Amino acid sequence: MTGGVNSFQVSGYGPERSGWTRLLARDSVARRLDWPILLSATALSLLGTLLVYSATRNRTELNQGDPYYFLVRHLLNTGIGLALMAGTIWLGHRGLRTAVPVLYGFSVLLILLVLTPLGSTINGAHSWIKLPGGFSLQPSEFVKVTIILGMAMLLSARVDAGDRQYPDHRTVMQALGLAAVPMAIVMLMPDLGSVMVMVIIVLGVLLASGASNRWVFGLLGAGAAGAITVWQLGVLDDYQIARFAAFANPELDPAGVGYNTNQARIAIGSGGLTGSGLFHGSQTTGQFVPEQQTDFVFTVAGEELGFLGGGLIILLLGVVLWRACRIARETTDLYGTVVAAGIVAWFAFQTFENVGMTLGIMPVTGLPLPFVSYGGSSMFAVWIAVGLLQSIRVQRPMSA
Amino acid sequence: MTNIPETGRNTRVQIRLVVIQVLVLSLLLTLGGRLWYLQIREGAAYAKEASGNHVQQVVQPAVRGSILDARGVALADNETRLVVSASRTDLLKMKDDGKEVLTKLARVLGMTPKEVMLKVRLCDAKTPQPCWNGSPYQPIPITDEATAKQALQIRERAEDFPGITAEPQAVRRYPSPGKANAAQVLGYLSPVTDEEIKEAQDTDSPFLRSDQVGRSGLERQYDKQLRGKAGVTRYEVDNLGRVIGQAEADPTHPGDNLVTSIDARVQRIAEYQLNEAMKEARKQHDRNTGTNYKADSGAVVVMEAKTGRVVAMASNPDYDPNAWVGGISAKDYARLTGKSSNYPLLNRAIQGQSAPGSIFKVIPTAAAVNAGYPFDGPYECSSSYSIGGQVFKNFESKGYGPISLGRALEVSCDTVFYRLSHEEWKRDGGTKPKKKANDWFYRTAHQFGLGKETGIDLPNEVTGRVPDRQWKLNYWKANKDAWCRTGKRDGSYAERIAYENCLEGNRMRAGDSVNYSIGQGDTLVTPIQMATIYGAISNGGTMYTPSVGKAVISADGKTVTPIKPRAHGKLPMTRKTRDEIDEALAGVATRGTAAWRFGGWPQDKIPMHAKTGTAEVYGKQTTSWFATYTKDYSIVMTISQGGTGSGASGPAVRNIYNALYGVSEDGEIDSKKALLPTPQKALPKVKTDGTIATPKIAKDPAKDQQAKKKDPNAPADPLQPATSAPPSPENRDTRRRRRRRGSRRLPT
Repeated sequence: MTGGVNSFQVSGYGPERSGWTRLLARDSVARRLDWPILLSATALSLLGTLLVYSATRNRTELNQGDPYYFLVRHLLNTGIGLALMAGTIWLGHRGLRTAVPVLYGFSVLLILLVLTPLGSTINGAHSWIKLPGGFSLQPSEFVKVTIILGMAMLLSARVDAGDRQYPDHRTVMQALGLAAVPMAIVMLMPDLGSVMVMVIIVLGVLLASGASNRWVFGLLGAGAAGAITVWQLGVLDDYQIARFAAFANPELDPAGVGYNTNQARIAIGSGGLTGSGLFHGSQTTGQFVPEQQTDFVFTVAGEELGFLGGGLIILLLGVVLWRACRIARETTDLYGTVVAAGIVAWFAFQTFENVGMTLGIMPVTGLPLPFVSYGGSSMFAVWIAVGLLQSIRVQRPMSA
Repeated sequence: MTNIPETGRNTRVQIRLVVIQVLVLSLLLTLGGRLWYLQIREGAAYAKEASGNHVQQVVQPAVRGSILDARGVALADNETRLVVSASRTDLLKMKDDGKEVLTKLARVLGMTPKEVMLKVRLCDAKTPQPCWNGSPYQPIPITDEATAKQALQIRERAEDFPGITAEPQAVRRYPSPGKANAAQVLGYLSPVTDEEIKEAQDTDSPFLRSDQVGRSGLERQYDKQLRGKAGVTRYEVDNLGRVIGQAEADPTHPGDNLVTSIDARVQRIAEYQLNEAMKEARKQHDRNTGTNYKADSGAVVVMEAKTGRVVAMASNPDYDPNAWVGGISAKDYARLTGKSSNYPLLNRAIQGQSAPGSIFKVIPTAAAVNAGYPFDGPYECSSSYSIGGQVFKNFESKGYGPISLGRALEVSCDTVFYRLSHEEWKRDGGTKPKKKANDWFYRTAHQFGLGKETGIDLPNEVTGRVPDRQWKLNYWKANKDAWCRTGKRDGSYAERIAYENCLEGNRMRAGDSVNYSIGQGDTLVTPIQMATIYGAISNGGTMYTPSVGKAVISADGKTVTPIKPRAHGKLPMTRKTRDEIDEALAGVATRGTAAWRFGGWPQDKIPMHAKTGTAEVYGKQTTSWFATYTKDYSIVMTISQGGTGSGASGPAVRNIYNALYGVSEDGEIDSKKALLPTPQKALPKVKTDGTIATPKIAKDPAKDQQAKKKDPNAPADPLQPATSAPPSPENRDTRRRRRRRGSRRLPT
């Protein structure tokens, strides 16, 4: 773990150090890891395990008769996620830099596959690839990572090389083109939620890269114009429009589109300060909230753990985001800064959108809550992102 | 990595990163704030909504209690009927709003499609009956008279009849035992409205969507006791309605039974006799109007004199209360409430008010004694009494010379009361009253309980009216604008009256006090008020609050809550005055105005007391009043536009007494035939299984009584008993008409 990549480790001088000593050394990877992020993310994943279990233990039509089906899988996903994080740290974000074109190409290929008959539709979005053994893959989650890496690579190349202070227009256009391709494909699925996340990621990346203000505001304007055009042209499916209508007025159709929002809000509202106790929520036990183990997992926390539990989840995600912001600011290479900022934009928006929709302040879209929601692809992607953050922190200069 | 510049960071990126950090922080704070708002500030409301979400209630409706007569005969009970109902919510989901299904249903039920459609529409301000005034979420009954075959057809072809159910249900029934109808006393039910549900939500007797609520009569007065309490079982369920939690159940409390003091047999006879009297009156010629009497409505009250309990209360026209059961049809509703219906829903015994005429005279008699005039007098019963050129005549201008107050009651001498009332009016200051006017005649009327409700346990009783100075002033204030606009000095009669009223309607005039003294003018009373007063004279002076309910007995018979007689005052007269009036009223029945109706009555065994009255109503025929009592009962009958007191109501009241005491036309008492020689004391027994020990009741007690009279030994004509004297001017009752100018002409 500690070998090779750490440029500050000096070998061949002094006595050979034991494993423990090396681990506790000031310059060791273990010491330099961002523990608040690691612990918060782990706590969120474990909390998620309980919430997912609570939401699914009675749903026999989902859990195939085994109440622990989702619990075991969520734990397994978390384990794989931790391993992916470790692998990412080992490879290092800089080490991965050379592999970025390959990763990017591979992820775009995967989302293209979704559009072929290999893909399958879940909840109106054609964004999954069914794998043998009951597993399924949602490639758009990984595209979020490769867009960040790809854009960061392009935008920071000349700056990190010391050639320029800011990325030039040509580079920015290349970076935007790189993001636009997968976004267009995801739009076709259609997976509006993921596209929205990617737009925010692109914005975050551009901001952090130091690209000219004209690009940032231009992109914002283009986004607004695009939204209006999409609305006017009727590109959106009926269900997507209905979701927005239901968001604007949840009483519109309490049995139909507004049902999710209403039931979610009732579940959370009824939690009060301390909640009804884990596994004792009547809304959860009665399965009144659809998709409660994935997109609406926050309602379980809200009902059964109350304001304290829901607040804790927001707080833990806040710790992750706060530390990630610090990592972005403290690293010295633009590549690391841009990657971290992209991840911050991703996590922040996804958190705000997911929790916000359960609280009725955002329209309903199919986005998972990082670490907490059930879903392998999402879990793997966010843990890879944590790996990238750790790598950026580990590899920054000691003096920083 | 030596190519990383140590200064590395340019400020633009740093500033933007701080902006991002602040943005992220504010987003998280927004989430936290919103979470606080939902869970802490609005938490209670959402918790309530959540419990409503996942708790399903299964309701077992309570069976409504029966209304029993004094002996336990059911006047209102329940029967199981096949009820076909339609769910509006299901019908509205269909493309044609269920028209096709309803048309098919109409064919099966043998109704027209229109009839069925009208039944399922919702009532609002603009929609006339028939319509559904219950909850739109509750199945709407279309018929409760489905045959087993029709029900089978509907149930076997359920796919053809979506939203339609055919199920046996407990339905209210008014069985009319012995043909006793008592419709207005019993009242009727109709479905509970949304407003009522909301209002009763937090009380200890909330309504169910499917509840029927008493709308009038006893059904309304005792609704809470009769309704009982529905059992509710609460299950915790999931989103598909599967039970996931334990159930908690409130048991069903069936409604209590109400025992009334009504005797179904006497009720039937009272109704029958009232109707017969009205039929007979319509055959009589009215010399004033030149047509037969219209006898458009009437009422009779039979009351226990010593308790105020009502043994029978009839109001004519009546109706069949079963018309309301299962939703009323358009035709029935028009017949009951339309302009041409004569309003059979009114209980005229407590809601009909008119001038009492001479049966009022017991009140000025007591007033005169209280004012200091000796009972024995003598007072001049002249043929007429004049005030400043205005002449008020005694009946048929007949004079009796100086007589006592008792004799004045007996012969119904008007001029005696004119004089006394006028004297008191003058003593009080005339048109310019003293500050502390005695107003004996008006004060006494109030003390007799007139001008306010008797407090009977039936809803919407009216007060009647004592036209005292205060009332005159209030009435004038309310009407003077109209009077002054329409009044003309030389116009028609009505215009002249309006003119006069405009000028001085606020003042008590001499003529007002004179007319008032004989129960004319603006005086209004109800039959129940008069029955209370005459009952009080009978029992020695205690005014009992009339009551119909006698006891409330739980469905298992274990809890019996008697409703005790309540007194609401004493008559304003001394024992001695009472006795003197009592004697005078006995004289009315033996030698006075009612004597020809009580020919052959066993006066020595059952002392009879009576007073007749014939009241003038402007623009209408005279109102007949007949007030009577024995030591056990008081009976008051009135017939609007029915002619004279004894003429129209006399035989009917006599026949009711005959039935009560088992008296035959020739005055013999057969205790075996007596229906109720003394009031019923014991309460009927309700067994623990809910059954009631019910005595047998003849198919029609009134017909039986008539049949007895057809006996060859009995006199041929029951209305004209052989022993009675023919009507003569002396013992016919008084009748008065208001005349203001010139001499008072008699109507006959």
